[in-house]
Amino acid sequence: MRYVDGYRDSDAARHIARRIGDAGARLARDGRSVRLMEVCGTHTMAIARHGIRDLLPENVALCSGPGCPVCVTDAGYVDAAIELARRGCVIASFGDMLRVPGSEGNLAAARAEGARVVVCYSPAEALALARAEGASEVVFLAIGFETTAAPLAALLATAAAERAARFSMLTAFKTVPPALAALAEDPEVAVDAFLCPAHVSAIIGAGAYAPIAGRYGIPCTIAGFEPLDILLGIQDLLEQLADGEARVVNQYARVVKEEGNRKAQRVLAEVLEPVDAAWRGIGVIPGSGLAIRERLAELDAAHRHGVAVARHDPEPGCLCGDVLKGKILPAGCPMFGGACTPDHPVGPCMVSGEGSCAASYRYAR
Amino acid sequence: MCVAVPMEIVEIGAGGVGVAELEGTRYDVDLGLLERVDLGDYVIVHAGYAIEKLDRAEADERLALFVEMARIERGETDGGGA
Repeated sequence: MRYVDGYRDSDAARHIARRIGDAGARLARDGRSVRLMEVCGTHTMAIARHGIRDLLPENVALCSGPGCPVCVTDAGYVDAAIELARRGCVIASFGDMLRVPGSEGNLAAARAEGARVVVCYSPAEALALARAEGASEVVFLAIGFETTAAPLAALLATAAAERAARFSMLTAFKTVPPALAALAEDPEVAVDAFLCPAHVSAIIGAGAYAPIAGRYGIPCTIAGFEPLDILLGIQDLLEQLADGEARVVNQYARVVKEEGNRKAQRVLAEVLEPVDAAWRGIGVIPGSGLAIRERLAELDAAHRHGVAVARHDPEPGCLCGDVLKGKILPAGCPMFGGACTPDHPVGPCMVSGEGSCAASYRYAR
Repeated sequence: MCVAVPMEIVEIGAGGVGVAELEGTRYDVDLGLLERVDLGDYVIVHAGYAIEKLDRAEADERLALFVEMARIERGETDGGGA
């Protein structure tokens, strides 16, 4: 398929890698080492799978930020989902949520003990399940960034329009720009440039990063998911840094528009509103979440079933927070690959297939 | 997890729902997040919804750039006697 193979050509990759080397050498002549951060689980996976770190100069580090929605979901959210299951709700979820540790267990264990937990590939299946379920309440676990929030907002609008009985969502949506601002302001985090996510940007638009580049002087480049897309994004960021610039550059213009998807933004705004949100390992970031508007409160599982989502501290010794902030690479955690593996994950970065620890474990060994 | 690969719209049905095809497999896709979609458009699909269309002119321009890069790279490698 030309829209795939053409973006994976190894000769073109070598060409871009050489230009990355040139930009790295310019930075090195100024005695500079730089740290780039990608903030997208699918980038994390692609970077690990294609061995992109091996192509970078020694003075360029590429770390994974909080780009995996499962990884940044607080343990208290998992506890609330388990509580809903115990009360007899059918829990419908994307598969990677099932093994995320809550404070005492996970949804897979709850299912083994008899809770009804259904894995959905498309959230519309959850609404169809509610229509067919008879007396049981169905709760969809609605986590994700803007990319996922827009489809789920559309589904909530559909559910509201058909006055769906027995259907609600337990939400823990996150939005990317407030998280980038929080990372930029955190004195413990030293990030020189952001490689911005592909499909989040399709929704919010390239213009959404202008305040990050403008206020914090941090270059922001949007890249697609193919290897050449990612390499071009890295090249662009390094050249910006070497030139002393901090702009928003859209290297994924075949999908991302300056203004984003306006219709998706309208649907989002009609159904959801910004709230403060707790990010596992990072803490509360103001205005970085999206919650169901009050007029649709019957579709909000926490309201509908009177369940509170409490915040929980991470496991002792788990350094997922430092990994998510880009302070350490996964191998820098003493538990990585020993006490914490994909078969026995301690922290959320090892649970999700697109978590940076799981990606490192799978591809770097 | 994002599906990075664009899918081609091969059917547009009633109620804002269509069918997209990728490598011979067909998927039901909700088109409600797009202003306008036509048969033959390539779309990015996430969680069962088409979230954006592929701009084919931009895609082709970028592919041409990569072809040119590859040509330069092969030319230089051949010329270097490697």
